[in-house]
Amino acid sequence: MNNDYDIIVVGAGPAGSTAARYAAAGGAKVLILEKDRDVGYPVRCGEAVSHEGIVQFITPDPKWIASTVTKFRLVAPNGKSVLPKLDGTGYVLERRIFDYELAKLAANEGAEVITKAYVYDLLRENGKIVGVKTLIKDKKTEIRAAVIIAADGVESRIGKMAGIDTTCHIRDMESCAQMTLSGIDVEEDVLEFYLGDSISPGGYLWVFPKGKHTANVGLGLSVEAAKKKSAIKYLQEFVDRKYPNAAMLTQIAGGVPCAKTNPEIVKGNVIIVGDAAHQVNPVSGGGIISGMIGGMIGGQTAAESILSGDINHLQEYEKRWHKRLGWRHEIFYNIKDAIAGFHDDTLNDICNSALTIPEEKRTLGGIFRTALWNKPSMILDVAKVFVS
Amino acid sequence: MAQPHLMIHIVPGKCDYCGCCVGVCPEDAIELMESKIAIIEERCTNCRKCVWACPWEVIEFHREGIAHLPTQIPQLVNDPTA
Repeated sequence: MNNDYDIIVVGAGPAGSTAARYAAAGGAKVLILEKDRDVGYPVRCGEAVSHEGIVQFITPDPKWIASTVTKFRLVAPNGKSVLPKLDGTGYVLERRIFDYELAKLAANEGAEVITKAYVYDLLRENGKIVGVKTLIKDKKTEIRAAVIIAADGVESRIGKMAGIDTTCHIRDMESCAQMTLSGIDVEEDVLEFYLGDSISPGGYLWVFPKGKHTANVGLGLSVEAAKKKSAIKYLQEFVDRKYPNAAMLTQIAGGVPCAKTNPEIVKGNVIIVGDAAHQVNPVSGGGIISGMIGGMIGGQTAAESILSGDINHLQEYEKRWHKRLGWRHEIFYNIKDAIAGFHDDTLNDICNSALTIPEEKRTLGGIFRTALWNKPSMILDVAKVFVS
Repeated sequence: MAQPHLMIHIVPGKCDYCGCCVGVCPEDAIELMESKIAIIEERCTNCRKCVWACPWEVIEFHREGIAHLPTQIPQLVNDPTA
């Protein structure tokens, strides 16, 4: 029986839409299945990205940029803060518009999109995966394809259905809560990060501006730490203290796999990309750009496999990913491990030492060097990042 | 190995469907749709990782089992049929 499509992409987030875009541009017939009613909604994200990351894929457009940021503020547990410059410019996005644009880019290359289409199983024939079983508006439908790209986010069940263990260790999963608050005063060009055991143990709290009077205020803490107290409790305490009169425009929960790339991201004719593959910067928890890079490499490789008729070529995806970004994430993971061991005293010390650095030299690198004094074992790992 | 008595309870109507619990579940024992979530009883080992992971405290652990707990979203406050 003929395939309905060459490639089915499960999930229309940034990784899925980018995979579909590059797969379709590479000559494949592509279908995206999105379980929710809308592409881009609900938003489960702090929404910050770097300029240099985003321009690889799309020209910045004011309609999906809420704020342009040039500085970040680190607030130590004792309340003291440093305000270094970012190495470049950053943006706080309007993801519900941004994700939509990425899906349109995929559609422009010829990819089809169906929303409210939930994939509940893989379709098998003689033990081989030949497509997906999906519920489209509650109607069971089987769709056949040669390659499945799983971009199904943190839950990552498609990979598991294909026999890839995508379970994230509770030490590495960040349990997150976020509120979009309005009627508050924020600095439009500053990303704020609050650190400390009483704020968000093993993680951080962020205040990302969306204009002068609105911000995404959220936090993530490792599930290991969340055993004692949940993300929403930590967030509510902070908001009650800092923004007691704010209007709450949205509140969301979320999970971020701050791990190394999943040990396996290709199996037979199934590949996984984005959060599903743990393609997240383990230090920052940022996954938009890295997920899009994973999606691009996955989509390109899948299209090459289709055109050459060689499914084994999909293995190249894993190699290309590790060469491009996976190796960096391994190093970042070690750095995260070291930072997670910092408690309030160390963080206060780092902030105090950073304040002794002349302001014009107060960059992330400078603060990092200061941090190294406190944790010399990090030097080797950091050196690898900056030497590359 | 699945245990005979399920001790994990997802409080009806409270979930945000974010998937954090599914991501840490080692048994793939949670089914998550756009706005539906359920424990797959035959797979669940009551390991509690989902309980710890949930950012909103939607998932509870009940050692005595969950048979006595509500599975439906509470009725409308002003139920017109009541």
